[in-house]
Amino acid sequence: MSIFPFAGRFDPARLFSFKGGVHPETRKFLTSDCAIEDMPLPSLIRVPLQQHIGLEAAPLVERGDAVLKGQLIGKACGPVSANIHAPTSGRVIAVGHFTAPHPSGLPVLTITIRPDGRDEWGPRLPRLRPEDASPEEIAAHIAEAGIVGMGGATFPAAVKLNLRAKYDLDTLVINAAECEPYLTCDDRLMRERAEEIADGAGIMAKALGVRDIIVAIEANKPEALAALERHKRALGHALKIRVVPTQYPMGSERHLVKTLTGRETPARALTAELGVVVHNAATAHAVHLACRYGEPSISRVLTVSGRGVARPANLRVLIGTPVAEILAHCGGLVEEPERLLMGGPMMGQPIQSPRVPIVKGTNGVLALSAAETREKDVMPCIRCGLCVQVCPMGLTPFELNTRVEAGDLDGAARVGLLDCINCGCCSFTCPSNRPLVQTIQHAKGRLAERDSRKHQQDQARRLAEARTARLEAIAEAKRAAMAKRKAEMAAKKQREAEAEALVAEAVEATSRKEATK
Amino acid sequence: MTASTLVSGPHIHSRFNVSRTMMAVMMCLSPATAFGLLHFGWPAVFLFLVTIAAALVFEVLCLALAGKPILRFVTDGSAVLTGWIVALTLPPWAPWWVGVTGAGIAIVLAKHVFGGLGQNLFNPAMVARAMLLVALPVQMTTWVTPIIGGPVGTDFRQALAITFGGETGIDAVSSASTLSHVKSQLDAGQPMQAILADMGSLHDQFFGFVPGSLGEISAFLLLLGGIGLILLRVITVVIPLSVLGSVAVLSGAAWLIAPDQFPPPQFHLVSGSLMFCAFFIATDYVTSPVTGLGKMIYGIGIGALIFVIRSWGAFPEGVAFAVLLMNACTPLIDDYVRPRIFGRTRAGKPIELRDMP
Repeated sequence: MSIFPFAGRFDPARLFSFKGGVHPETRKFLTSDCAIEDMPLPSLIRVPLQQHIGLEAAPLVERGDAVLKGQLIGKACGPVSANIHAPTSGRVIAVGHFTAPHPSGLPVLTITIRPDGRDEWGPRLPRLRPEDASPEEIAAHIAEAGIVGMGGATFPAAVKLNLRAKYDLDTLVINAAECEPYLTCDDRLMRERAEEIADGAGIMAKALGVRDIIVAIEANKPEALAALERHKRALGHALKIRVVPTQYPMGSERHLVKTLTGRETPARALTAELGVVVHNAATAHAVHLACRYGEPSISRVLTVSGRGVARPANLRVLIGTPVAEILAHCGGLVEEPERLLMGGPMMGQPIQSPRVPIVKGTNGVLALSAAETREKDVMPCIRCGLCVQVCPMGLTPFELNTRVEAGDLDGAARVGLLDCINCGCCSFTCPSNRPLVQTIQHAKGRLAERDSRKHQQDQARRLAEARTARLEAIAEAKRAAMAKRKAEMAAKKQREAEAEALVAEAVEATSRKEATK
Repeated sequence: MTASTLVSGPHIHSRFNVSRTMMAVMMCLSPATAFGLLHFGWPAVFLFLVTIAAALVFEVLCLALAGKPILRFVTDGSAVLTGWIVALTLPPWAPWWVGVTGAGIAIVLAKHVFGGLGQNLFNPAMVARAMLLVALPVQMTTWVTPIIGGPVGTDFRQALAITFGGETGIDAVSSASTLSHVKSQLDAGQPMQAILADMGSLHDQFFGFVPGSLGEISAFLLLLGGIGLILLRVITVVIPLSVLGSVAVLSGAAWLIAPDQFPPPQFHLVSGSLMFCAFFIATDYVTSPVTGLGKMIYGIGIGALIFVIRSWGAFPEGVAFAVLLMNACTPLIDDYVRPRIFGRTRAGKPIELRDMP
C-alpha cells in the first residue's frame, strides 16, 4: 500500500456518479462470508415505541399482560407513525421510560417483555394476495405490519408507498448499495434471499404503480449480484440490476438517484419529484414477509463486527434484543473498544449503554478498536480543501466550521449549513482530524432551537396581543353598555319629568278651571 | 464500554494527516535539494542546516509564547518545511545570518503573528524572500557558479569561513543569474538574440548547471518532484498547470510580437524560480483558494504577474511578489468562487425541474 490510500486509484465509472465522496477501507471481509444465523431468544426484550420518524406509537398493553408473538402492542398515532408488534410471546413486565438507542441516551416509552420461551405466534396478519390486491390495500397492509425504512432512516414505508397520490412516479429503486464500511447484512440477505427480495420489490412496485424496478448494487458485491441475476423475475416485472461504483455515500437516496438517472433532486425536495422512490433491500424483504406470511416487522438482520468483537457475524435478531446479549452471543468483546456503535462507522451512533435494545433501523453493532478509528489529536485547519473536494453536497465544510466557531450561524446557513446530510466525508478525510460534522450538527441544532424559540416568542406575543385586544374589546363593550344605560336612565328621567310636568300642568289647569267656576 | 462522550460520526478516519502531508512535500523536494547541496558544496549545506534549525527555534519560541502544546505542533513538520523552502530560495553562499533572518521573518512575522499554522494570509517563505530581497539587495543577488563543471571548489574550512566568518572571497566565482544577466544586457541595448546566443544552452538551464538560488536551479528535478506530489495526491494539477500555462502563453505571445525584446517561452519556463513556484510555493494549502476554479484563477494570476514583473519590473525575478499579491486575493476568490450545492443552482436556489434535460 502506498503511503496515501487514494494514490493511483481510478475507476472510470466514477465519472458518471456524483461529485465528491470517499473510499474508506470497507473491512467487509470480516463478515461477508458469515451466513445469516438466527439468534436464540434473549432473556429480556425492550421494545421502544419510538423506532421510526414521526410520532410515538401509543401502548396497547399494560404491565402483567400476556402477549403472543406478532401481537400489536403499540398503535400508530397520526399520519406519520408506525405500528409496533410483540417480537415473541411472554409477559409484559414494564411499560415505562427507558434509555433510547440514540446518542442522547434520553428515555423513551418502552415496553419490556420477559419471553416465556415458547415463542408462540398469535394471530398473524391476514394473508394478502398481492396479485389481486389494489395498491391501497397493499399500502394499508404494509402500514399494518409496521414496516419502516430498514436502511437506517426508519421512515414509515407505507407513507412512502402512498406518494403515488401526490407525484407522477415511474421507477422504484431498491437501494442495495450498502456503502457503509463493515456492514454486510444487506449483502448476505441478497445472497441468501434474493428471490424473496425480488418478490418484495414487485409488491412495492405494484403498490406504487410504477413501471420499472432498478436494483442498485455496489461493485464490491459480486455474489449478491449473481444471486439477484438468477432471481430477477418479480411480480409482474423484470428487475433491472445496475452496478454502481463503490463510493461512499452511494447509499444516500439523492446521490443514488443521481448515479442511476443522471438527474439531481432539487434541494429540500423528495426524489419522488423525479418520479423515483427509493426503498432499501431489507425493507423489500420485510414487505415480502408481511404480505406472503403475515409476519409483521418484528425481526431484522444486522451485522456484528469490528476488531473488538470475538466472533463477527450476521444475525437475524428480534427487535428489542439488548446489545449486551448480541455481543455475548458473538463471544463478547476481546478488548475494550474505542467506540461501541449502532449502525455503520460513518454515520452510526455511539451506544450509551450496552443495555439499550436494537430497533427496526439498526443495521449494525460495531465494536471498533483504536487501530480502526485512527482517532488523533485535533490540529488547526490548514485549508487543504480536501473537505471541499470530497463533500458530495458541494459545500465548503471548513468554512462552515470556521463560521460556526465564530458564532456566525446566519452566515453558515447562507453558505449551505442546512444542506449538509451528515455523511461524514469531510471529517473522515480531514488531515487535521477536525470534528466538522459534529460542529455542523451542533450548529443545526442551535439554529433549530433558535427558530423554535423565536416561533414560541412570536406565538406568545400574538397571544398577548390578542388578549389585550380582547380585554379592550370587553372594556369597550362595557363602557358602551354603561353609556347606553346612562343614556336610557337620563331619557327615562326626562320622560318622567315631562310626565310629571304634564300631570302638574293638568292638575293646575283643573284647579284653575275649578277656581274659575 | 463507557461511551459516555457525545460524539458524532464518522468514527473512522483516513490515513491523511498534517505531518504525513508535510513529509510527502519534503520527500518530493529532496531531489532538487540534494542536487543543489551537491552543486554548491559545504557553504550551501551549512546555510541549509542553519536555516532549518533557526526555523525550529523560532517555532518553539512562538509556540511557548502563545501557550500552545509545543511537542504536538513542532512535530507536524510545518516549521521544518518552511525553513527548508526559505533555504532553497537563498543564494547558496549567503552568510548564516541571512538564513536566520529569513527563517525569523517567515516563522514569526508571516506565520505566528497571524495566529500560527493555518491562519496566515501570506506564504511565509515568500514573505521572507521578498523582505530579504528588499532589505539585503547585495547579499540576495550574489550568485556563485556551481562547482560541478564550475571553476572553483571549496574545502570544509573555507566553507566555514564563507558561511560563518564573513569571508567574502568569492569575487572570483560570483556571477549573475540568468534572469538578471538578460535584464542587464537588455538595458544595455543588446538585442535578445545576441544575449541568448551568448548565454549557453537551454539544456544546462533545464538540468541546473547555471548559477541561481540553492534549490531552484534544476527545473528538471523540481518538475520531477512536482509530478511526485501530484501522483501522491498532495496537490492537484490545477495550480501548476495554470501558472506554467499562463507564463508560457503570455511570453510566447510577446516573443512572437517582438523577438528582439522578449526571451522565448522555453527560456521563461526553465529559468529563475518559476518551476519551484508552480509546484511547491503556489500550491501551499493555507494561502491558496480551495475550489478548482478558484485555483485556476489564482494560478493564472500568478503566472501573469510573474511575466509582467520579469518583463517590465525593477527586479529580474517576480515570483515572490506575484505569489504575495495573489495570496492577498485568495479570501476574495474563495468568497466568490464556490462549488455548486447539490440540488441547487449556482445562485443557491433549488433547481427547477423544467430546466433539467
